[in-house]
Amino acid sequence: MIRSQRWKGAAFTLPFQLGFVFLYLIPIGYAVHQSLFREQRSGLGLGGATVTFAGLDNYRHGLTDPAFMSSVLRVVLFACVQIPVMLALSLLLALCLDALTARAAARFRMLLLIPYMIPGVVAAIVWINLYSPDVGPLTSLGGFFGSAWNFFAPSMVWPSIGNLLTWHGIGYNMVIIYAALQVVPRELFEAARLDGASETRIALSIKVPQVRGALVLTGMLSIIQMLQIFNEPALFRNVTPQTVSDSFTPIMIVYNQAFNAGNYHYAAALSVLLALVLGVASFLFYRLTSKETD
Amino acid sequence: MVMTESATERPETHTVRRLARPDPAARGRGGQRFLLLGLVLAGAYSLFPVWWLIVAATKDRTGLYQTSGLWFSGMHLWDNLHQLVTYDHGIFLRWTANSFLYAGVGSLGGTLIALATGYGLARFDFPGRGVVFACVVGSFLIPIALLTLPLYLVFSSIGLVDTPWAMLIPCLINPFSVYLAKVYTEATVPFELLEAARLDGAGELRIFFSIVLRMMSTGGATVFLLAFVNTWNAFFLPLTVLRGEENWTLNLGLYNWTGKRLESGIDLTSLVLTGALLSIVPLAIMMTAMRRYWRTGVTLGALK
Repeated sequence: MIRSQRWKGAAFTLPFQLGFVFLYLIPIGYAVHQSLFREQRSGLGLGGATVTFAGLDNYRHGLTDPAFMSSVLRVVLFACVQIPVMLALSLLLALCLDALTARAAARFRMLLLIPYMIPGVVAAIVWINLYSPDVGPLTSLGGFFGSAWNFFAPSMVWPSIGNLLTWHGIGYNMVIIYAALQVVPRELFEAARLDGASETRIALSIKVPQVRGALVLTGMLSIIQMLQIFNEPALFRNVTPQTVSDSFTPIMIVYNQAFNAGNYHYAAALSVLLALVLGVASFLFYRLTSKETD
Repeated sequence: MVMTESATERPETHTVRRLARPDPAARGRGGQRFLLLGLVLAGAYSLFPVWWLIVAATKDRTGLYQTSGLWFSGMHLWDNLHQLVTYDHGIFLRWTANSFLYAGVGSLGGTLIALATGYGLARFDFPGRGVVFACVVGSFLIPIALLTLPLYLVFSSIGLVDTPWAMLIPCLINPFSVYLAKVYTEATVPFELLEAARLDGAGELRIFFSIVLRMMSTGGATVFLLAFVNTWNAFFLPLTVLRGEENWTLNLGLYNWTGKRLESGIDLTSLVLTGALLSIVPLAIMMTAMRRYWRTGVTLGALK
């Protein structure tokens, strides 16, 4: 390729590069910079605040902050339950679709994708109202089974949010897994059938291993999303602030530190810590899932 | 095989014998019914909250609180809509317009930039190309809080907070769109065609605007659609950078309304539900109309 042509090619990416510097690199650098300082109010707070270099103090504080650490733990534990359940259901539905004729599969796929068309905030609003003891039908359904269900009780908040996330994500994940299934050569199944393998056996021993890549990917995307969960708990907090505290998830803490406590330096340190947790979690998940294929 | 045996042993079951062809697919006829049942249940689970929302939006306050949520009681949809668009001097319409502005204009600009970048990355070999692509992929892992908070500080220092620009500018740069655009370029724009155009004396800009963009119309539509949905659904960014309610998005407005009840004792449930239903409509129309595009987008982004 001619030299001048190369530079013209680079020019096509220039707007993105400039934007990336302005919207990604500068903010990240700024966050890291901010996280190394602390604001100190002098005396009675009359003389205003002075900003002093704090080194890694904010990070040390974050790592020993029980509110932050327990919010990370809370979300990680929740992710360990909700993501496998959601992906298992999505896989099951994808396998069901795969066993149908193409036309029936297309219809069901459209039907099961309807929740994905609904914005996350609206989905949360709808489910919160379904759970509501005043207007929702589910509480009285619990009465039918013997005891009135309280979906906003402390022990029920995570299952309630989990159901909402599963409802919202199942169709999307199913479509990705189903698409991966379509790529598997059909001859494999035929050969197994001739050898007398049952459909269940084919599903478990051939289809599931073949869509491993799609499962790893959907799992990874779900973990990344889950560690940053904010919208759903924030909306739940709107109706039940007693059970969903303002330090329920890591991002909620970051948001509160920045905008309610006015402590940008600490919030910046926490968000950098969160990014590191995210990186480590993704890396571990990737290593763990790709190792088994060796 | 089991079925064939049992069918020959019991001659009275003609239907079983007819089904018991050597064709192995017919073996799981009972299983097939079981599968269908499972799918129908999953479909009901997917659909019933939407059904409930539609029903709820047609009820007045007493109906909402006192009748079963699963069936209609009276038709008050028009009253609810009227209340919705007149409440607080029509603020709901303002939020709708804002959502359209941010999602429409932001995604259009973002898509154009993404297509140019994807094309540059896929079809030119320039120094630093690897670095740019690494930035694109690496940014998938960056948590929104890490970007949004400092972005707020940067925007507030140049006076952009609480203006539409605070929403529009971040939409212009979307690494996932760039990634998709690169994949689409690799699939649809052949090197030979570009070489031929160059031999004919076409300039690089002209090639991009009159050949490449046209060839990538399907890919571009997908990128635009996904970006539009993303911006329409955004919550953390608008919550952070938009303060006054005249700049809010639909999501932000609905979020605020759900909190009104505990905050100031005003129960807006009926308005929230009607508003929630309305806010789905544009997305549903767009997604259904562009079904072909976004399906490929959803799966392509995943498989590559």
